[in-house]
Amino acid sequence: MKRRSWRWLIYLLLGLATLFFLLPVYLVVITAFKDPATIRLATAWQLPETWHWQSFVVAWETLAPKLRNSLILAVSATTLSAMLGSLNGYVLSKWRFRGANIVFPLMLFGMFIPYQSILIPLFQFMSNTGLHGSLQGLILAHVVYGLPITTLIFRNFYAEIPDEMLEAGKIDGAGFFGLYWRIVFPLSISGFVVVIIWQFTQIWNEFLFAVTLTTPATQPITVALAGLAGGEAVRWNLPMAGAILGALPTLIIYIVLGRYFIRGLLAGSVKG
Amino acid sequence: MKRVNKDYLVAFFMLLPSLVLLAIFVYGFIGQTFYVSLTNWGRDPAQALALRPVLEFVGFSNYERLFTSFLEVRFRQDLINLFFFTVFFLVGSLGLGLLLAILLDQSVRGEGFFRTIFLFPFSLSFIVTGTVWRWMLQPQGGINALPTAFGLPPGEFTWLTSRQQIWHFNWQDLPFFTGLVVVAVLFWLTVRAWRHHQRTRAATFGAVALVLALWKLTGARIEILPFPERHGFNLALVGIIIAAVWQMSGYTMALYLASLRGIPEELREAARVDGASEFQTYRLVVFPLLGPITLSAMIILGHISLKLFDLIFAMTGPDLATTSVPSLLMFIRSFRAAQFADGAAIAMVLLVLVATIIIPYLWISLRGEVRR
Repeated sequence: MKRRSWRWLIYLLLGLATLFFLLPVYLVVITAFKDPATIRLATAWQLPETWHWQSFVVAWETLAPKLRNSLILAVSATTLSAMLGSLNGYVLSKWRFRGANIVFPLMLFGMFIPYQSILIPLFQFMSNTGLHGSLQGLILAHVVYGLPITTLIFRNFYAEIPDEMLEAGKIDGAGFFGLYWRIVFPLSISGFVVVIIWQFTQIWNEFLFAVTLTTPATQPITVALAGLAGGEAVRWNLPMAGAILGALPTLIIYIVLGRYFIRGLLAGSVKG
Repeated sequence: MKRVNKDYLVAFFMLLPSLVLLAIFVYGFIGQTFYVSLTNWGRDPAQALALRPVLEFVGFSNYERLFTSFLEVRFRQDLINLFFFTVFFLVGSLGLGLLLAILLDQSVRGEGFFRTIFLFPFSLSFIVTGTVWRWMLQPQGGINALPTAFGLPPGEFTWLTSRQQIWHFNWQDLPFFTGLVVVAVLFWLTVRAWRHHQRTRAATFGAVALVLALWKLTGARIEILPFPERHGFNLALVGIIIAAVWQMSGYTMALYLASLRGIPEELREAARVDGASEFQTYRLVVFPLLGPITLSAMIILGHISLKLFDLIFAMTGPDLATTSVPSLLMFIRSFRAAQFADGAAIAMVLLVLVATIIIPYLWISLRGEVRR
C-alpha cells in the first residue's frame, strides 16, 4: 500500500528522462523537414509550416557516395575481423598454449590505446605502401585494431562450450579444423551476430582513422557529415538531414537487434 | 597424443598472423611514435613534409617544452580541460545511468520502451551526436529558446562559444596539490590496512605519508614554470559534457541494469523482512553489490573520455582553444601543422594516461580469471 504512493514519482522521472533523450531527435527531424528559408533560431522548436522533402534529396545526392564508402568499409572490415576473431578466440579458449596468459592481455591492450599514439606511424605506413587515401588502407586499419575486441568476445563466448564436447570430437579423430567446423562454428552463430553488430556499428561510426587516412573520394559518412556541418553560416536543414541518413543504418540495427547489441556492449568490459 | 601436439602447433600458427599484425601495428607503432617524440621532426620546415625526413635526436626536450614553455600554454589548458571534462562526464554518466537503472528496476510498465529510448544514442556516432547538439546549443536557439515556448525568458548562456572560465588556479600550485592528494590517499590506505590488521602495511603507508606531509609542511615547493600561469574550468565545455552524457548514460544504465538483475531477489526480500525500508534496502544491500560494475564502468568511460576526439571535433571544430583536449591538439599539430615530433609527444602523454588506468584493470580482471 505504502509503495503505491510514490509510484507517480517514478513515472514522472522516467517521463523527464524520455524528454531529455528525445528532444534532440524532435529538433533534428523538424529542422530537416523545414524549408531552409524559414529556418530561424527563434522559431527552431516550431513544427515546419510546410513539410519540405527537398533537403533529404539534396543530402542524399551529396552523401550517397560517402554512404557507399561507409558500407563497403564496414561490411568488409567487419567480415574479416569477425572471422579472424573467431579463430583467435577458438585458439585462446580451447587450445591454450604456454604463454597464452601473457599473449592475451597484450592483445587486449590494443583496444584501449588512444589511436593517436599509433597514428603518425600508421599514416607513414599507409603513405609508403601507397594505401593512403584508399578504402583498402582504412579497411586494413579497422581489421587490425578490431582484432582485440572480436578475439575477446569470441574467446569469452567459446569458454562457455564445455571441453567435453571437444574431447568427444577428438576421440572421433577430428583435428583442429575438424573440431572448429563440426562443433565450434555451428554453435557460434549468435556469437557472430553479436560481433558483427558491434563491429559494424563501431566501424560505421568511427572518425579518427577516417579523417586521417582518406581523401574526399574515399571519405566515409562521418567525415563527410563533419564537413557538411562544419564551417560558418551553416544551412542547418542539410546537416540535420545528413545526420538522419548517417544515423539510420546503425539505428535500425539497434532497434531490430537490440538484444544482441546489448550483449556486445556488455562483452566490451573484459570479464564479459 | 602425437595428433594433439600437432594440433596445438596448428592452433598456434592460426593465431600467429593476428599476433604479428598486432605486434607491428600496436607495439611497433607505439615504439615508433615514442622515437618520433624524441626527434625534431617538424622543427625544420624543409624536413617536415619530406618523404624521408632527416631527423635529429633531441631527447626529452619536446616533453619539457610541452610542460614548461610559455608557448605551450594551450597544451596545459588542454590537460585541465580533459580533467574537468572527465570528472563531470563520469559523474554525469554514472549518476544518470544509475538513476535510470534503479527507476527501470521498479517493475515499471513499458520498461522495454524506456530502455530502448535511453540507450539509442549509444548506437549513434559521436559525429551525429555532435552535429545535433551543436544545433541544440546555438546561443539564440535550441535549448536557450526552449523556455520561450512556455512564455518564459530565453536562456542567456552562450554554451559552446562561452569564453568564461571559473575555478582559477595557478599551474605552479599543481605539484603542491597533487602532493596533498597523494598524502590523503596514503593516509586512507593506512587506515584501511590498520582496520584489516595488516600492521606492516599500515606502518609502511603511514611512514611514507608522514614523511611526505612533513616535507610539504616545511615549505618544500617545486616550481615547474618560471612564471605563474592561470588556468581554470572553461564553461564552454559544459555543452560538450551534456552531449557526452546524453550519448553514454544509456550505456551505464545497461551495465547497472544487468547487474541489478543479477542480484538475487531473496537478498532484497530478506532485507525487507528484517524491516528495512526500500531506501535502506538499496543503501545497505544493493549499492555495495554494485561496486565492481561501477569500477568497470568508470574505467571504460574514463578511457573513452581520455580518447575523446570526434564529439568535440563535430561540436566546435578542432581549432577552438576553449574546448580543446590533447587528442585534438595532437591531430592539428601533426596533420595540419606537420609538427610531427610535438604531435608524437602529446600522443605519448595520452597513452601514458590511458595506460595507468587500463593496465591495472586488465591485470585485475584477468588475474581473477586464471585462478578460476
